[in-house]
Parts: sequence; structure tokens; C-alpha cells
Amino acid sequence: MMKRLASLLTVAASAMLVMPAHVHAQKYGGELIFPVPSEPPSYDGHREETFGLIHPLAPFYNTLLRVDPNDRGGTKPYPSIAESWTASADGKTYTFKIRSGVKFHDGSTLTSKDVKASYDKIIFPPEGVGSSRKGQYADVASVEAPDASTVVFRLKRPSGSFIASLLSPYNFIYKADILAKDMHWYEKNIMGTGPFTFVEHVKGSHVVGKKNANYWDKGKPYLDGFRAIFIRSSSAQVAAVRGERAHIQFRGFTPADRDSLKAALGDKITVQESPWDCILMVALNHEKKPFDDKRVRRALSLALDRYQASEALSKIAIVKSVAGVQVPGTPYATPPEELEKIAGYWKDIDKSRAEARRLLKEAGAENLSFTFKNRGTPMPYEPLAVWLIDQWRQIGVTVKQEVIEPAAYYTPLRSGDFQVAMDFQCGYIVEPDLDMYKFLSVDRNHANYGRYTDRVLDEMYDKQSSATSDEERKKYIRAFEKRLLDEEAHYLMTLQWHRIIPHSSKVKGWTVTPSHYLNNTLDVVWLDQ
Amino acid sequence: MAVTKETLETLTNTEPARPRWLQAAIDFTRKRPLGALGAVIILLMTLIAVTAHWLAPYDALATDYGAMLASPSSQHWLGTDAYGRDVMSRIIYGSQTALIVGLGASLIGGTLGALIGVASAYFGGRIDLIVERFMDVLISFPLIILALAVVAILGTGLTNVMLAIAIPMIPRCARVVRSSALAVREMPYVDAARAAGFRDSRIVLRHMLPNVMAPYLIMVTAFLGQAILLEASLSFLGLGVQEPVAAWGLMLRGAAVEFAETAPWMAIFPGVAISLAVFGFNLFGDSLRDALDPRLRTQ
Repeated sequence: MMKRLASLLTVAASAMLVMPAHVHAQKYGGELIFPVPSEPPSYDGHREETFGLIHPLAPFYNTLLRVDPNDRGGTKPYPSIAESWTASADGKTYTFKIRSGVKFHDGSTLTSKDVKASYDKIIFPPEGVGSSRKGQYADVASVEAPDASTVVFRLKRPSGSFIASLLSPYNFIYKADILAKDMHWYEKNIMGTGPFTFVEHVKGSHVVGKKNANYWDKGKPYLDGFRAIFIRSSSAQVAAVRGERAHIQFRGFTPADRDSLKAALGDKITVQESPWDCILMVALNHEKKPFDDKRVRRALSLALDRYQASEALSKIAIVKSVAGVQVPGTPYATPPEELEKIAGYWKDIDKSRAEARRLLKEAGAENLSFTFKNRGTPMPYEPLAVWLIDQWRQIGVTVKQEVIEPAAYYTPLRSGDFQVAMDFQCGYIVEPDLDMYKFLSVDRNHANYGRYTDRVLDEMYDKQSSATSDEERKKYIRAFEKRLLDEEAHYLMTLQWHRIIPHSSKVKGWTVTPSHYLNNTLDVVWLDQ
Repeated sequence: MAVTKETLETLTNTEPARPRWLQAAIDFTRKRPLGALGAVIILLMTLIAVTAHWLAPYDALATDYGAMLASPSSQHWLGTDAYGRDVMSRIIYGSQTALIVGLGASLIGGTLGALIGVASAYFGGRIDLIVERFMDVLISFPLIILALAVVAILGTGLTNVMLAIAIPMIPRCARVVRSSALAVREMPYVDAARAAGFRDSRIVLRHMLPNVMAPYLIMVTAFLGQAILLEASLSFLGLGVQEPVAAWGLMLRGAAVEFAETAPWMAIFPGVAISLAVFGFNLFGDSLRDALDPRLRTQ
């Protein structure tokens, strides 16, 4: 008897040790308040590419799959609207079982028809309907809904990154009936199946959501609601957290902000840090002279001393590593010694700048001057712009900066009304297919703001995507990187970001990942108060 | 008439007459020492702006990542900013931006306001009523709000900022100038010009406008300080001139706020420069107004 009791107690104790502490501790209630440094240009997640949309609007929606909210690496697929999935032996057919009992906020039931309509809009958007991630699904031949609880994706060829592409937090599931009437409805309206229902959006001020009492994941969400407040100034965001008027800012603070918050609030602040799958790049409009000349583009890259910037700017901004097309340290990233062979990454900056001046002279652009359009999000856009302008000045190029408010920033980029502009690449998951599709020819990816067509580059992308071994894939990624950054210099990379989230210790259940697009559904977040 | 010995001595002992402008300056200094102090600050600022190229110890745009956030020292008298740029050099070059925007905005706003005010007074009647009500609408917005609205429409940059500051100044100047022009309109020479068959534009520009120069000059001078402050405010909000241009308001934002505790010199010195400039223009403007006000002149 005693033996049995002892073994039972041992099992119970072991179970308690294995079970994560947060499983026991969740508390209900409270309103999570968080500043958002940017406002959504529209409400349509399929069309937009900014955290300004994800942070305030993701809690209103669900996606087919999501990233495991407890995975710090931010790569593990986790069920959401799809409760399970299978792949065919040839890797060309994926079948998803849709969860039953999922209701839209208007009371209607979600079926596979809604998933199909949403993905048709993302993958095969009709003329005039924007889809920023269309290029990620180039391998998808069709989306089918054979019955109310099944969705089938048929691929043209096997793709190792297909499941990863479904983890996109932007791929909100919309209501099919609404899309059938008006494909643009979701640009100006909000109505999903998420853990929170929409209350209001006061432009320039805030978005408010309240708990969805009929949420399909019983027992969630824990919060009564949330309030996303739009604050552009980073110092005001820090002040809001310091003054305990906001709990967390999901994008990231600077090293100086982290230190000042920790010094001011001590244990009331918890800091989570991670490498950040984001990089600012310079888009050179190939449709504007002289940026159609690769000598000019190469010269602008050769002018940059990225290693000095890494050392210096990491002290004042949320940037750190010198990077190519993959996050440094990840499996497909170019090793530093190989990266140094790419133009603009040479260690000898004097040699690099001499070559830059020579190229400009050869191209007849010695006294080059242009306007550099930059996004009005101070960190890290401003320090990187100051650095870029200074670096270009050192090869005799005169640059005037024009700062555009975040909500209006994509208008000139999409219309091509710029010479040189700051662009960014932020992944929700580190995966070469997803990270590199940004650079495909403009007819394959409308978010290529360099506005070039390069079939050689496209071919290299396709080859790496269908490579059967890691070594083969790496070979094609290197070739892609060499052509993109060196031979053609279509885009200029700056520095990889570093994510620092100092938040109120009351915030529980939230885990930092390399992406500031993940973990914003807020269903697992709770306040310890 | 015989010339006495005393008269001759008096005449020979008289100091040589001073130039009129110098005498006026001396009189102004004696009567209004604070105004003179303002004038000295303005002169100094102008001198610094004009000679910035020779005066600044460093290139205002040159970064030095080896000297980021350096405290004031013999190398960098006022320290360096987050990019290692010399704060003193940026303040010196920043005076150019302040003066260009301040003078430009005041002259544009003041001149347009004066023209509108004089024309409104001259035509009177329904035109005056409509113009004045429109000016009332514009004047009901605080300066900064109207400037923000204009920047939102036109965008950022030096020229747009100048316009953004000039536009809110138009109704303020128009109202003051109009009140003086109403009196001028009743003058016989205006009637005479009208009787002689001169065109309205000639009467407004050649006969009325020169006679409202006193309030115009006072308004322009008074606006200068406000314009410098407004430019600094817009730049601080990220809506004025943009990096890497050296501008005082711009120096107060971004890293200056972030590192306010560890590198206070980044904010203190540009702040002092703004305060001094506004102080100087306000002192001079007030004194000029007093000097040109006929009621105060007789006291």
C-alpha cells in the first residue's frame, strides 16, 4: 500500500515538475495596454506588410496554422483553425482538417469555404487586389474545399517551405461570403474569429478589443481586453512603460531604453531578448536613372563600412550583425569569411571606397545627388539613414533625406515615385524561401521595390527552393546572394536587427521570438495582478 | 552781427557730428538697453551664421564613430552626439538653418499679411468682411497646429517648413497692418490718388503700403523669434528639416532624448542656443515696437 502511494506521489511530483509553471498560474481579467509605433495603412492583413497592422489587429483573427506561442525559436508549427494536417507521400498534396465550432464575430460558423476564399485571395488575387505574400505560394496550383471541414492545397512541385509559409500571421481567415461580395471589404472593416472582438479604432490614437466570449479555444483568452495605443516617439513609448501606463511594446526597445527601464523599475521589469529576423535594406529604383546602371548601385554598396557600423550603431540602435540574405548564425547563412568576398563587405574600406569612386566616374555619375526616402519610424530607420548618408558622402555623393510618415510610406514605394528608399525585410520565420522571395523579379513579387526583372536570380531562387539536399540548397543560396548583392547590387543590405523587449513583470504567457510579427494573437497572454 | 569770442569757442569745441544711424543706435541703446542687448544677440547670431564655415571647428555632418557621445573636452568643447558629430559645429551651422527659416518665414508671412491687410482695408465693404472672417478662422488655430497641418499637406523639408511657419503668420500680420491701413485710407493723399485715377494696385502698393511699414517691421521682428521656435518645434517632432542637416530642433530629438541622462550636453547646448535666439529676437522686437509706437514715444 505504502509502496503504491509512494509511487503515486512520485508520479504526481514528476508530472508537476514536467508541466510548465504557467499552466497552473493563469489569472483572468485586466486590459493589456501596449504602444504601437506605427498605424495600419489598411485593415487587410493579406495586403499589408507592417507590424503596425499585426500588433493591433492580429487578436481579432485566426490563421490556418500558427507558430507555437511557447517556441522561442519561432519556427514550430502549431494548430489553429486547422486542428491537424497531413502531407501526401509525393509532397504535393497537403490536407487540413478544419476545427469545428469556430464562429466569426458576427455569429456565423467558419467552414473550409472561408479558408479557401481567404487563401484564394492571398495566392490568386484578382486584378486590383493587393497580396503582399503571393510570391511565397508560387508552387501552389490550387486550394480546394471538398467538404465543410477539409481544405486541400495542391502543389505544382514539392516544397520544403510550404508549411512554414502557412505560419504567416498575416494570413487572416476572412469570411467567404463577404469576400464574394467585395474583395476590398477587409481593407476598411474588421471581422474575424479571433480571441478578441473589435470595439473601436480612433485614428492616431488607439485600437480597442474586448474578450470574445464565444472563442473556440475554451478558457481563452485570459484578458478582458486590450488597448493598442499609437505612439510614434520611442521616448514616449519608454515613458509609458516606465510610468506603468503601458505593459509592453511588442516591437522592441533600444539597449539604452532597456537599461534605463531596468534601472528605474528593477524587478517590475522583465527583459526578453532575441536575434531579430529583420533587416533594413536600400531599394534602388531601377526605373530611375542612374540607378539602372549596376556600376552606380555597386558603388553605393561599396561605400558602406558595415563592420564599423556594426560596432558603433549597436550601441545606440537595435541593429547588430553584418548580414547577407539570411540571419547570421542560422543554417543557411553565409559564413563571415565568405561574406567578406562580396562587394560592400570587404574589410578594407579604403580599397572599397576607391573602387566605388572609380565606378561612379566610369558611369559618369561622379557628382551624384539624390533624395533618399525614409520611413518616419525613428528606430532604427533614423540612425541607419544618418549612417548611410554619411557613408555615401564619403564617396562624393550628396543625399537629401525625405522622411514620410509610416502610414503613407508605401504609397511612393508601390507607385515607384522614388529614386532611393529604405525598404525592409522582416520574416515571421527564418526560411530561405520566405526570406529571399522578396528579391524575385517585380512581376513575381510586387513588393520588390527595386522594380527590376532578373530571370537569372529567379532561376537561382527556384533551384534552391527545390534542392534535395542542404549542401545543394546552400550552393544556390550563395550564388543568389552573390548576384543580388555583388554582381547586380539590386538591393543594399544594412545590419541585422537585435530584439530587446523589456516589459512589465505583470505580463505573463508571452514569449519573445526572432520575429516581432509572432505571438500577437494574445490568447495565451495574462496579467499577474 | 559780431561774433563774440565765446560764440567762436563754443563753435570750435563742438564734436564732429556722428552719422545718423550711429546716433540712432546710441539713442536706442540709451533708451532701451534690453532692446540693444537683443540686437547684440541677433548680430552675433547673424555673424556666426555667416562665418560658420570658418568658425566651426569640425564639419557639421562628419561622423566619428570613435568619439560617440563624448563629453565636453578640449577636442570637442560642447561634446559630441550619438554619431560622434561635434555638437558645437552643429550649433554653429544650425544658426544658418534657424536664420534662413526664421527670416524666410517672417518675411513671407509678414509681407503677404501686410498686403492682404492693406488691400482689405483699402477696399473695405464686403471684401474686407470676407477677408477678415477668413483671417479670423485662420487665427483661431494655434500657430503650431496650423503649421502641423500645413506640413502634413506639403511634406517635410526646408522650403515646406518655411511655408508652414509663414502661413499661420499671415492672418496675424494682416490684422495688425489692416488696423493701421484703415487710418491711412482716410488720408487726403489717398483720396487725391484715387481722384487722379490711379489704379487700385498702385494706390495700395505705392501709397498705402509704405505708410504701414512701422507695424509691418514690428510684426516681422516679433515673428522672427516665434518662427525660430516653431522651426525647432517642428524639427523636434520630426516634421521639420531632416537629418543630417544641422538644425537646433533636430539636435534635441532622437538620441538626445534617449541619452538625456548619460549625455545631457546633446540637449542642453542646442536648447540654450534656441532660448538665446528667441530671447534676443523677442527683446529686440519688443523694444522696436515701443520705439515706433507714437503713444509710447511721447511719454
